[in-house]
Amino acid sequence: MKQPEEIVDNSRRDFIKTAALATIATAACGSLVCSCSTEKAPKSDKVKLLSPEGEIVEVDSSYLNHQEHMAIVSKLEAREGIAGKKFVMVVDLSRCKNARKCVSACQKWHYRPEDTEWLTVKLMKDSEKGAPYWFPKQCFHCDNPPCVKVCPVDATYKRDDGLVLIDNERCIGCKFCMAACPYSTRVFNWDEPVVPDYIKDQPYSAETGIPARIGTVEKCDFCPDRSREGLLPPCVEACPNGVFYFGDENEDIVTNGDETVSFSQLIKDGGAYRFMEDLGTKPRVYYLPPKDRQFPVERGYEDLPENIKERFKSTMEGTEG
Amino acid sequence: MELNKYQQEIFEKQRPTIEKFGKRAWMWSVFFLLWVILGGYALYLQIAVGHSVTGMRDNVVWGLYIANFIFFIGISYAGAVISGILHILQVEWRKPIIRIAEMITVVSTMIGPIFILLCIGRLDRLHHLFLYPRLQSPITWDVFAIGTYFTGSVIFLYLALIKDFAIYRDAKLDIPKWQQKLYKLLAIGYRGTQSQKKHIKVSTNLMAIIIVPLAIIVHSVLSWIFGMTLRPGWHSTIFGPYFVLAAIYSGTGVLIMAMWVYRRMYKLHSYLTDKHFIYLGYIMMILGAGYGYFTFSEYLTDWFASEKWNSEVIEKIFNPAKYGWYFLYSNLFGILIPVIIVAIPFTRKPNFIALASFFMVLALWIKRYLIIVPTLESPLLPMQDTRMEYIKYSATWVEWALTFAGIATFFLFFTLISKFVTIIPISEFADKEKKATPAIEPSTENNTNPA
Repeated sequence: MKQPEEIVDNSRRDFIKTAALATIATAACGSLVCSCSTEKAPKSDKVKLLSPEGEIVEVDSSYLNHQEHMAIVSKLEAREGIAGKKFVMVVDLSRCKNARKCVSACQKWHYRPEDTEWLTVKLMKDSEKGAPYWFPKQCFHCDNPPCVKVCPVDATYKRDDGLVLIDNERCIGCKFCMAACPYSTRVFNWDEPVVPDYIKDQPYSAETGIPARIGTVEKCDFCPDRSREGLLPPCVEACPNGVFYFGDENEDIVTNGDETVSFSQLIKDGGAYRFMEDLGTKPRVYYLPPKDRQFPVERGYEDLPENIKERFKSTMEGTEG
Repeated sequence: MELNKYQQEIFEKQRPTIEKFGKRAWMWSVFFLLWVILGGYALYLQIAVGHSVTGMRDNVVWGLYIANFIFFIGISYAGAVISGILHILQVEWRKPIIRIAEMITVVSTMIGPIFILLCIGRLDRLHHLFLYPRLQSPITWDVFAIGTYFTGSVIFLYLALIKDFAIYRDAKLDIPKWQQKLYKLLAIGYRGTQSQKKHIKVSTNLMAIIIVPLAIIVHSVLSWIFGMTLRPGWHSTIFGPYFVLAAIYSGTGVLIMAMWVYRRMYKLHSYLTDKHFIYLGYIMMILGAGYGYFTFSEYLTDWFASEKWNSEVIEKIFNPAKYGWYFLYSNLFGILIPVIIVAIPFTRKPNFIALASFFMVLALWIKRYLIIVPTLESPLLPMQDTRMEYIKYSATWVEWALTFAGIATFFLFFTLISKFVTIIPISEFADKEKKATPAIEPSTENNTNPA
């Protein structure tokens, strides 16, 4: 088994290699931190990259060391997890304005069709008089996961690094995990999933979740394949407001791409809570309450496309009236 | 096997149903078969296209199928519990009805699990249940519990059939050769010797004792599929006993209906007497009162405490614009009316009791639907979905077709089985006759003589 330092070392080396190939000099900071966000144009040879200085540079994709879903690990490794890690996420609700960049980045990375979202943004309103706020929700990767308990074939499992993953080659599609999950996190492939041809033939790994398969359950996986490469999950990278802090509880470090902070300090200072703590599921996602918000809630509503807007209409109107 | 006078009489009465597959039986069989074929087509669609042909979606992940599953496993209690308990208690009047009861058990235990298979997205991976079983999962408990229960029910039914098979074998029935041979095989050389009789008696007693707790386990485990989750309306400690009681109750109802149909169809009035209907009616009344008590207790507790999530489900169930009418029906016809009909001497008659049973069984099916769907339509997080089919469950024709195919399979099995074995067990009456008139007892020489 690799020692934690070794993994950290490797991922840093890989990361530097990538950066060098992309002819961008960058300083690596933190074990899992990538300070540059990559945005790839689909089916184009030129790739736009954002340098740490904030400049957009265009690079030929052949210079790039492709990162997409490269980390195909063995089945056993995908079950055990990344040694020494304990992944954790902190979501700062005061910063979210429902830009939905996280959603689209997630959909793109996992080749999800538009209407089945692994990551969703809800408009929450805790009480009648309470103010509504945007609430991005991934899988909580609970430490006491109700979904894992009920799986009859061990297709969904809890790893040592805290992640709850699904092996869609073992899943029988009984949907018991979906009924058991109190957070409506899981989605089912009711039809043959629509994926690009070059994904169809890709070897499956529970860490990448692709290719999707009909009749099986899937959900947010915290992108461990990217963690192995020293990259942040696409939702974290894509967020323009730094809502998501992702990191390692063992190292006590989380980062939103812009700033790297102490996890324990962040949840202590911010008065973090876990969603529906009373259910006893022990989620690995912490929320910082929507206090002193950076954006009025309407900012995330008015410019939405009509079909998305429809989702929040009743909640929004309920507050106005 | 020599028959006494009484047995002979029962046998002659039922002989034609075995010897002839009448026009009516053909017509019914074809009618049921058509439904099964339609169900087969629906199943083909579901497998070929995907589960998107059903009304189930990410919120309501289970629907009609699982309600049918609970329903069929529930009515299987007719044989397991009613027949089992009456056997243990040595109740004499049970004898003419045990065959019907145990057949209901075996047939519905076969059909029930088919419905849970219909919920499964990857039928090609069913072997994973045995390759990678996880003991923590209530589904694994269910696989083992139902498997054991089914085996037990088949043995229980078969034990009671061996003597009859021997009678059919020796009766020189006007039937095809393969059927003769099959009877001979199934009678496993039973000649009615003292030791054979003893073995069957001991085994039957043993199975009756085993089958009752086994049945209770099966439905408890089934209820825990729901009870073990953190969902409002499901996460209830009384779900185990609640389901068990509802199951025995609906099983009694189906037994009464089956008796009523057979009595009419084969003119068995002298064996399935009014007394049987009234006694089973009493059992139904007591069970109905118990079931009503559980229902009242469950919903009163949730409604009174009015915890946020439970209230949401309760609101859906009580609201006439949502499930209110169904809930009202399920309680009126599922509890009050059956109890009242049996309680009042004027209505305590076979026809009324059978009619009440029919409405009660329907009410209990609806109750299962009300347990499943409103809870799944009330996730803890707001749905905020624009896709109507994701918000509200409504079963598609595929699900209805398969539901009716399941019911048709149930009837089809019964039609076919009643051509193969007698509905009223013949050998069961031997003991009674013997006690009354020991002179009729066949000589031991005859019995031990291998033919």
